Amino acid sequence: MDKQEATTTTMATQTADKPIEELSDVTVRFAGDSGDGMQLTGGQFTRTSAIFGNDISTFPDFPAEIRAPAGSLAGVSGFQVHFSNCDVHTPGDMVDTLVVFNPAALKVNIGDVREGGIIIANDESFGKTDLRKAGYDQNPLEDGSITKQKVHRVPVSRLTREALKDSKLGTKQVERCKNFFALGLVSWLYGRPLEPTLQWIDQKFGKNPDVAEANRLVLKAGHAYGETCELFHSSYRVSKATLPPGKYRRISGNEAVSLGIIAASHQSGKDLFYGSYPITPASDILHHLSGYKHYGVKTFQAEDEIAAVTASLGASFAGDFAVTGTSGPGLALKAEAIGLGVMTELPLVIINVQRGGPSTGLPTKTEQADLLQAMYGRNGECPVAVLAASSPADCFYAAIEAGRIAMTHMTPVILLTDGYIANGEEPWAIPNPADLAKINVVHTTETNSNGNGEGDGFLPYKRDENLVRPWAIPGTPELQHRIGGLEKQDVTGNVNYEPANHEHMINTRARKIELIANDIPAQEVMGPEQGDLLVLGWGGTAGAIRSAVERVQQQGRSVAHAHIKYLNPFPRNLGQLLANYKKVLIPELNSGQLRLLIRAEYLVDAISLNKVQGKPFLISEIETKINQVLANE
Amino acid sequence: MSTEALPQLKAKDFASDQDVRWCPGCGDYAILAQVKKVMPELGIPREKMVFVSGIGCSSRFPYYMNTYGFHSIHGRAPAVATGIKVANPELTVWVVTGDGDGLSIGGNHLIHAIRRNLDVNILLFNNRIYGLTKGQYSPTSELGKKTKSTPMGSVDNPIHPLSIAIGAEASFVARTIDRNVQHMAEVLRRAAAHRGTAFIEIYQNCNIFNDGAFFYASEKDQKHDTTLYLEHGKPMIFGEKKDKGIRLNGMEPEIVSLADGSMKEDDLLFHDEKSPEPSLAYLLSRMRYPEFPEPVGVLRSVDQPRFEIGIQDQVDQAIAKRGRGTLEDLLNAGDTWMIED
Ligand code: SF4
Repeated sequence: MDKQEATTTTMATQTADKPIEELSDVTVRFAGDSGDGMQLTGGQFTRTSAIFGNDISTFPDFPAEIRAPAGSLAGVSGFQVHFSNCDVHTPGDMVDTLVVFNPAALKVNIGDVREGGIIIANDESFGKTDLRKAGYDQNPLEDGSITKQKVHRVPVSRLTREALKDSKLGTKQVERCKNFFALGLVSWLYGRPLEPTLQWIDQKFGKNPDVAEANRLVLKAGHAYGETCELFHSSYRVSKATLPPGKYRRISGNEAVSLGIIAASHQSGKDLFYGSYPITPASDILHHLSGYKHYGVKTFQAEDEIAAVTASLGASFAGDFAVTGTSGPGLALKAEAIGLGVMTELPLVIINVQRGGPSTGLPTKTEQADLLQAMYGRNGECPVAVLAASSPADCFYAAIEAGRIAMTHMTPVILLTDGYIANGEEPWAIPNPADLAKINVVHTTETNSNGNGEGDGFLPYKRDENLVRPWAIPGTPELQHRIGGLEKQDVTGNVNYEPANHEHMINTRARKIELIANDIPAQEVMGPEQGDLLVLGWGGTAGAIRSAVERVQQQGRSVAHAHIKYLNPFPRNLGQLLANYKKVLIPELNSGQLRLLIRAEYLVDAISLNKVQGKPFLISEIETKINQVLANE
Repeated sequence: MSTEALPQLKAKDFASDQDVRWCPGCGDYAILAQVKKVMPELGIPREKMVFVSGIGCSSRFPYYMNTYGFHSIHGRAPAVATGIKVANPELTVWVVTGDGDGLSIGGNHLIHAIRRNLDVNILLFNNRIYGLTKGQYSPTSELGKKTKSTPMGSVDNPIHPLSIAIGAEASFVARTIDRNVQHMAEVLRRAAAHRGTAFIEIYQNCNIFNDGAFFYASEKDQKHDTTLYLEHGKPMIFGEKKDKGIRLNGMEPEIVSLADGSMKEDDLLFHDEKSPEPSLAYLLSRMRYPEFPEPVGVLRSVDQPRFEIGIQDQVDQAIAKRGRGTLEDLLNAGDTWMIED
């Protein structure tokens, strides 16, 4: 695997017992049954690394079934973390150390372990039945089939039992502690302190002192095992990353998006209404927000997706900052109501945490296949603003931006994230609240007719220079008005079926969205402003594209990266920018949706790199394609 | 709050400037007239009222009221109303829906608004037909109904609005009839006074596609024997000469005659709209023409916790306990660490 070979400086420092090697970055993956606590183990290891001062990026990967049959391939749950002493943008292409709790986990994951990487296997869960469930005829740990990686067979379960021989816990509870053994062992392997995990155990299991004590003992036993046993000849260190100074926290995309919409509510002075129906992988937004009621947040777990969006529209009409969150299938159900939002010109943010489709598809896997649905998935000509977040932390800023555009342009805004950045975590340099811009929302309190024959009293569709109509809310005297989904006369808002008016309104609604382009920043580029190749991306692929482009740039090639946050309308300078490069490559986790839009809009013959496997891009996949495109000049 | 007396409004003050576009003779006119008549009596300023509807003939209603109004999409009015009421519990919200809008495409939302006891008034105009789409049978059409879409008669059992509402444990359930305007006005007043979901089924004549569907209940020559006007605490008596009553025989209602003196009023079933158990109300909702006189009036009126208040209370409690959240706290929570220069 090239990453580590390229960047690792091996400084074998001899300590008392075992040598320590210094590495620049490491990728560890924990894998086991969905009941083995892999997400918790990975999460704790990540937390420790972040607090230690590494840069991190994570990739939790779990099955759609809560408890698939134990030991089956379908039930394998994994958590990957990439930690480093430098800036990293992805959870890592290849795995340096894989910890597996059963044969199924080995089978599913071994292909991702780099040559020369480490595999730590819980030896005791490789019995005949376990092997059969995973479809192995022979034990792969014994039959010599693993030649490219170093296998460490560790009797995790037995050692856990031994560590707890004096414990009051029952057999089942003892067995459940084994992930802490693995965590202790890997912590030793990479020189991670145990304190943060010990503290966390106290907090989490404080009410259950026997369990807390057992987990502490097993964690320490795992650590001691690494130190003393003969299996590991050396351990590794990844020192602190040189991140810009400041205060940091770990954040996932779903958490960041939640904080972002609360911040937008705060900056606009509007209470937040969040209507949602449970759906993977968006439910965490509902969970997070329901814990922020002291910010004036009202969460509504609706009876279905349609109620979630229509209630949000109702709340918007009544003057709240309204947001609804969902994933692809839910966006499909919300389509008609989003059209109502377009027709009634009410502010509304729709968060779509994309997942593998079509239909129910791959609920827990990532994909970027809802771009065209976001753009066009409604009846009639029905434009909305569309934004995409590019990383877990960027979800915060993208959510504020979605709220700002919705409320100041009186329109539904679809914010696209995806399962990969929603569940993945990275360190986030906490912004200073004073640096967040205010969102200026005005609720009209006066009638606005000028009496020149345009109608009397309050005119709900009389627009400003950006074609934005006034937001007058119920409770305001003298401004009673009716809105609805029927075509309306401009200015008065009265129901109107005249042909010319309909065309005028269609054009006006389209123009209104176009004018948002005056209110968004120009598209930025990483790299030369003109050259051989522009790699153009959107959404959660940012980290992989950026890393790939940086690598090729280091080889002296003329390659740049532009990542589009504003998908509708596009930034004003995008067309010119595309013209500055000989070729444009668009990597996407779909079959070419942005490419379709770019070709249609700018007549640019962009090249596609598509992957639709429910998995994010590897850096190497993009790098290979870039080199290929450059070679075909 | 201002202590100034509100200007005395009249029915016409609640009329918008839009022309009403229902078919001449449609039962909807009578309902609109009664709503406009009752609104000024409530002492609530127009700007605090919101009429919300879905799609269908009845759903044009908000356009004709000089209040705030939201003509939404098919079936979703209860959900839109939920957002409005949660965002601003001080608003008085009326939902106008029909049998197709409320019980077919929007059945789910109707049930959930009711079981949450959202403080809204839901007027379900039941005409047992799809009017706006020109005459298909509706979920309340009687079995065997012949329409454009069912030339050989419908084969599905109808749904009964009151039974659905009571099944969802509505805190206020009533029925009234477009042609009995005084009764309708009284029921509207009661609904407006009720806190929580007030569900009212209004028998409404669609003179174009289902003319006379409820004449058995509205016309002079029949209505005395086919309707039972409910009064809280009173025995259930009906008939032109008040000579018939409803008695409970085991778990079943039965019609008995008071004419021959063998039965007295005390033997009859007494109406109790305040019973915490919805069983009596449900039993009443199952009394259907032609086997029974159909109950008209308030079937149920009980106090229950309200959804929007529950939501607001939790917000208030959280603020009281933790203080109003600041951006500083929001951003700096969780595991944080410093990277020094
Ligand atoms: S179709 Fe029927 S319900 Fe609709 S307006 Fe005409 S008469 Fe009334």
